[in-house]
Amino acid sequence: MTVTAVRPTTTPAPARRPARFRRRRTLINHLLIAPALLLSVGIVVIPGLLTAFTAFTDWSGVGLDANLVGLRNFREILADPVFGTALENNLRWVAMFLTIPAVLGLLTAWLLLRRRRTRTFYQVVYLMPYVLSPVVNALIWLSIIYNPNGGLVGTLNDIGLPVSAPLSSLTGAFYAAAAVDMWHYWGFLTVIYLGAMRQTPVDQVEAAIMDGADSWQVFRNVYLPSIRPALLLMAVMTVIFSFLAFDYIYLLTQGGPAHSSEVLGTYAYAFAFSAFQFGKASAVALVMSFFGLIASCVYTWMSRKQDD
Amino acid sequence: MTTRLKGIGAHAVLLFFAATALFPLALVLLNSVKTNTEIVRNPLALPSTFTFENFVTAWTYGEFGTGFLNSVLLTGTTVVVVLTCSTLAGYVLAGKKIRSWPVVMVYLTMAMTVPVQLFVFPLYSIVAAVDLLDNPMVVGVIIAAINIPFATFLMRTFFLNVPRELEEAAQVDGVSTAQFVWHVLLPIVRPGLITVGVVVGLNAWNEFLISATFLQDPDQQTVTLGFLSMNGTFSTELGAMMAGALILIAPVLAIFVALQRYVVDGIASGSVKG
Repeated sequence: MTVTAVRPTTTPAPARRPARFRRRRTLINHLLIAPALLLSVGIVVIPGLLTAFTAFTDWSGVGLDANLVGLRNFREILADPVFGTALENNLRWVAMFLTIPAVLGLLTAWLLLRRRRTRTFYQVVYLMPYVLSPVVNALIWLSIIYNPNGGLVGTLNDIGLPVSAPLSSLTGAFYAAAAVDMWHYWGFLTVIYLGAMRQTPVDQVEAAIMDGADSWQVFRNVYLPSIRPALLLMAVMTVIFSFLAFDYIYLLTQGGPAHSSEVLGTYAYAFAFSAFQFGKASAVALVMSFFGLIASCVYTWMSRKQDD
Repeated sequence: MTTRLKGIGAHAVLLFFAATALFPLALVLLNSVKTNTEIVRNPLALPSTFTFENFVTAWTYGEFGTGFLNSVLLTGTTVVVVLTCSTLAGYVLAGKKIRSWPVVMVYLTMAMTVPVQLFVFPLYSIVAAVDLLDNPMVVGVIIAAINIPFATFLMRTFFLNVPRELEEAAQVDGVSTAQFVWHVLLPIVRPGLITVGVVVGLNAWNEFLISATFLQDPDQQTVTLGFLSMNGTFSTELGAMMAGALILIAPVLAIFVALQRYVVDGIASGSVKG
């Protein structure tokens, strides 16, 4: 690492200098990495650890007045039927996001793989909803599509199709919100999968074609195994983010009507900022993060098994 | 002949999905210049007359003037903080310049998966206790902290492309650190800086949960929050809502299309680590 190792003749300094020089360099390097670590620890990790602690208290979120209450917060949320609905909805969310956007992403990526000229155009178009704010996307769907007075749903009613307003339906509101999130999200997967498919070694593809494989077989036996790491990573990310889903539900339904579209994210948020029960909110947040943690562990375990 | 048919079929599928992605956005464009009665009659019809009043209404009642200012302030803070921190950290990690670099890498991987909901409640109380709520720059720093791990990993891969011999040769030749950074390092990692800047910038601009929680004062709200506040009073004024949406969509899509190469590369490369 030191300059002396490369060109001894250019460093006539006494032997003690490199050691001091190296110590100074080490100090500088630690100073360079410090801002990133300090911000991350101070803003993400320490409050995160506080959540793990406040989940066992009756903290209201204001001041330092908090009493340890043991597992009471967890017992109370487990006894709340809304918690069950929310957890169930999160599991539905996982199932939907692991399948629908993944299939759309794979299909479009596969079709774009051999279209060199139009590839960029389609990727940009597919990403457009993805780069827009959830607020904007949600309000567009809320006012011009799902709206029974002036939206597309209203028009369908006018021409005689009896479509009920999706967002005020007990069974439909949850899926209506999920649909908007998926509409905004799947293009992201197209770009990821296409990027991964393009890393597939050309000779493997050519060998398969030489062996007389048709395009489905090439996809199935060459591309799919080749993008396995990307598929796996995205699946894990999907599971983690499905337990944290918040924006689209909160903006489109607020968890309603009658808590039917509640997810753990909106459930926790209401405890903190409507009921000022930060202890309970923390308990729910801990449960949500726990599911994400399981997904991360499964991922680490699977990728290690793959390396063996 | 069959390959030709297949090609047409493939294009039809691709076009269908492009239409799905664009259809709601097209409705916004179409209805932003229509009067409310016209929209209620048929949102799919072409406008018979063009009215630009909707844009004035949206701009005024959504407080887009202050909103854009606050959004720029918030996003600018995030981008500057993330670029500074992740460039410095990425440089150190790529060169394995500290002995504890593997520990730092593991830490950043873990920090990347910490969900917002796990730290937002205590963080809110801390920020409220030190009287820093309703400050877009504070929210900018918080969003920066969330983005730093991923940005550091991305910058690190760009610094890995810098040959170590280059730095050693520069030291031997007596090139000052400043000159080396400016004339050698910067040109090599510039694409990385742009990628991180635009991806993190979009994240900050679009962020909802933290901004909505930490910015309650209408004078300090971002432009998306101002638009959201219109929804209550203007939910029956569809023309104004669509015009507001268009005002928010246009600049973001313009920047995205101009820098699409960096966004697409950033997304595609970020996942193919393994």
